Amino acid sequence: MSHISPVLWQFLVKWLTHFALFPPEASKIAPQMDALYFFIVLVSLVGLTIVILLVLGFSILYSKKRHPVAVQIEGSTLLEATWTIIPLGLFLVMFVWGALIYFRVYTPPANAMNIYVVGKQWMWKAEHPGGQHEINALHIPINQPIQLTLISQDVFHSFSIPAFRVKREAIPGRYNSVWFEATTPGTYHIFCTQYCGTEHSHMIGEVYAMTPEDYRKWLASSTSGASLAQNGERLFASLSCTACHNARPDARGPSLVNVYGSRLRLSNGESIIANDAYLREAILDPSQHVTQGFAPIMPTYQGQVSEEGVIALVEYIKNLKSDYRIQQTTTTTDLLPESEGKAVSSGSKTAGLNPARTGMVNQ
Amino acid sequence: MSSATIVNLPDQSTARIPKMNYLSKENGLLSWLLTGDHKRIAILYLISISFFFFIGGALAGLIRLELLTPQSDLLATDTYNKVFSMHGIIMIFFFLVPSVPATLGNFLIPLMIGAKDLALPKINLLSWYLYVGAGILAIYAMITGGVDTGWTFTTPLSTHYVNTNVITTGIAIFIAGFSSIFTGLNFIVTIHKMRCPGMTWFRMPLFVWGHYATSILMVLGTPVLAIALVLVILERTVGIGVFDPAKGGDPLLFQHLFWFYSHPAVYIMILPGMAVISEVISTFSRKRVFGYTAVAFSSVAIAVFGFFVWAHHMFIMGISNYSVLIFSLLTMLVAVPSAIKIFNWAFTLYKGSITFETPMLYAFGFMGLFTIGGMTGIFLGTSGTDIHLTETYFIVAHFHFVMVGGMLMAFLAGLHFWWPKMTGRMYPEKISQLAALVTFIGFNLTFFPQFILGTLGMPRRYASYPPEFQVLNVFSTAGATILGVGYLLPVLYLTWSLKYGEIAGDNPWQATGLEWQMQSPPLTENFREIPIMDHEAYDYEWLERQKEKEVASVG
Repeated sequence: MSHISPVLWQFLVKWLTHFALFPPEASKIAPQMDALYFFIVLVSLVGLTIVILLVLGFSILYSKKRHPVAVQIEGSTLLEATWTIIPLGLFLVMFVWGALIYFRVYTPPANAMNIYVVGKQWMWKAEHPGGQHEINALHIPINQPIQLTLISQDVFHSFSIPAFRVKREAIPGRYNSVWFEATTPGTYHIFCTQYCGTEHSHMIGEVYAMTPEDYRKWLASSTSGASLAQNGERLFASLSCTACHNARPDARGPSLVNVYGSRLRLSNGESIIANDAYLREAILDPSQHVTQGFAPIMPTYQGQVSEEGVIALVEYIKNLKSDYRIQQTTTTTDLLPESEGKAVSSGSKTAGLNPARTGMVNQ
Repeated sequence: MSSATIVNLPDQSTARIPKMNYLSKENGLLSWLLTGDHKRIAILYLISISFFFFIGGALAGLIRLELLTPQSDLLATDTYNKVFSMHGIIMIFFFLVPSVPATLGNFLIPLMIGAKDLALPKINLLSWYLYVGAGILAIYAMITGGVDTGWTFTTPLSTHYVNTNVITTGIAIFIAGFSSIFTGLNFIVTIHKMRCPGMTWFRMPLFVWGHYATSILMVLGTPVLAIALVLVILERTVGIGVFDPAKGGDPLLFQHLFWFYSHPAVYIMILPGMAVISEVISTFSRKRVFGYTAVAFSSVAIAVFGFFVWAHHMFIMGISNYSVLIFSLLTMLVAVPSAIKIFNWAFTLYKGSITFETPMLYAFGFMGLFTIGGMTGIFLGTSGTDIHLTETYFIVAHFHFVMVGGMLMAFLAGLHFWWPKMTGRMYPEKISQLAALVTFIGFNLTFFPQFILGTLGMPRRYASYPPEFQVLNVFSTAGATILGVGYLLPVLYLTWSLKYGEIAGDNPWQATGLEWQMQSPPLTENFREIPIMDHEAYDYEWLERQKEKEVASVG
């Protein structure tokens, strides 16, 4: 082999050792999507083979040498109907099959753990419910449905994990979501697939799919000291939201206790479910989202709160389950991370974790 | 009698190019720049689109060189972004959209329907000037800093975040849009009003049907692109906020507007290619196109359905799941007419008498590559698999198979097929067959690995990429160099043939179209007398009878 050029040799070695042909199947949806993918591959191959055989076969059989005089044929309704109906039927099968998978990918189950992801030029910032945040990395446990709520702070981005076969656009001004359930521990690529400017190709990261034990260890070692809802609580107080949203009988704003998921009637007569997107809109553009019975006096917070801040507020409001908590907030405007007893959010997954303040990880 | 070719050239020792023809009628630059002759305008277009093709091609070369290694080393990321943006803009708006319609369509539609010119010759010239003006503006924008939005001008990146020549480029595309609206309008009026006596709709060559469908798309679709671009320009200059969520606008609205044009634009690019293929396949198999009516109506069906599938570019963007259902279904429906065409062409060969001159080789290449391009479109129209494959190299490979493997092959097929009519001289056969083969091989090597890259998840528009994708990228770049050779060869030998090519005579292919029943190159006024169409399109028996008559009258 000594006469092979070293560059070529290196290339051949690379070919044999670092050559991927198909991405790993590391999520629950991946094998399902791949089944459809290979079905379409199969249909394509059969179709292509038929076309090639027809063209080659006729070229040989009816070449001018062999078949000097052409026979004029008008057409054949039967044949044409055949190659209209068979492809149409196959395409419809793919359509239905594809739609089933599509709805599965974009319909998160109720028990999914929600992680917020903010895209910005040029990084992905993930906000975990326990307050952990990370940049261009995402730690998740396997065998648990994870929902990502995506938003962009600037331009369009697109959050893609090829190994999980999921992708969702992160768009400024609205929450999009996608979910997956990882099945195989490992490290996989996160790509931004929507062109987003100069460093688009560097907006990549890694997703770390971990066993539940490893994941718990990671959670404990990466806590920033306060959960996402607690950060929201602080922000809620410091923005003086409590001046109006204080659940007192004479309050100028509606009580936010248990507002998440409830049906609201707005002053314009519209009836709406208060979900993440609604809460976000109501904070940034309150004049369009006035609850019936209240005056449109809330100022806009557009430009005053970052997308991460809004996320923290939304997470806080989502977790407001009792009058007790709103009372507590109204009296602890100077809430500090040290106020341990008050700060453990009810139902939050961080409860019981090692409260060691090891500082902000990845920040 | 049963030789391997149908080429029938006049005796070269006595043959002469006719003294009076559209090329020799008048001389001097001004006679070209002020011409109203559709054939001269077609030649002007041919020269200008070739120029833009090679600029776009050079940019493609830079992209492939950069992607030879995983790091962004040859070009800085900003430069790379500008290069792929300009590659897309030039290739789509300044090459693919005008390629077949403005050159071959312009040249041939009046000849094929028996008219002396297009209905609006001055508008035709104006459309070329608009095109050139727009092209110069685009080149100016490129030289003075370029643009890095991608050809898709995604908001809010294009409106708020980049500092490159978005406005200049936007204006250039806006102007180029009017050029294509005028061409489309001209074709529609001409096809409706200027068919010769006896030329009923169903006696028209399928080439004309394809261009009719294209023209409808151009006239109805392009204004929407113009609106979208004007809104982007207004957003940048005065901040009207239509696409800005902070002002109550919706950035997704831009996607809707942009793709409402840009999906039909895909059909603007491919339908004229299909139109060429129908002519070529029929001529070289000496047979009427199998199922003429089905092929004609499938063009119209593509044009109509093409307007209702735009949101399949937005499946992952967060439009409602139910609108995804509808757009995915409609996408499946628009795929059917293309399948019909492919099978009808294949069955045109059945019981034909086939020869394999260069245009036919390109047409075979088209059929293979377009089938792959079309089938991979199904992967993307299927909503489930689209999630994984969209915005990756899979989509890049898919549309290059359709646009380059399909449209460019068809353009080259058509260019070789009608070259003798346009210039009066034949291109050299052997080397052009070689060029067709080189193009086919180079093309597959360039773009097939990209399907695998896309399936692996490599995103498009990346200046650098993880190292495990390198091997396939090396193949792709190697293929691109071969493809480059394949495209340079025709420029060389076609230019050579202008002076040294064999004299073609009226009808070297013994084809049936009206354009072949006149001298090559044609007279400025095309027909001394308006012809009367007394037979169906692709009537080879009629052609035989004509020949017998001629022999009888001479003898």
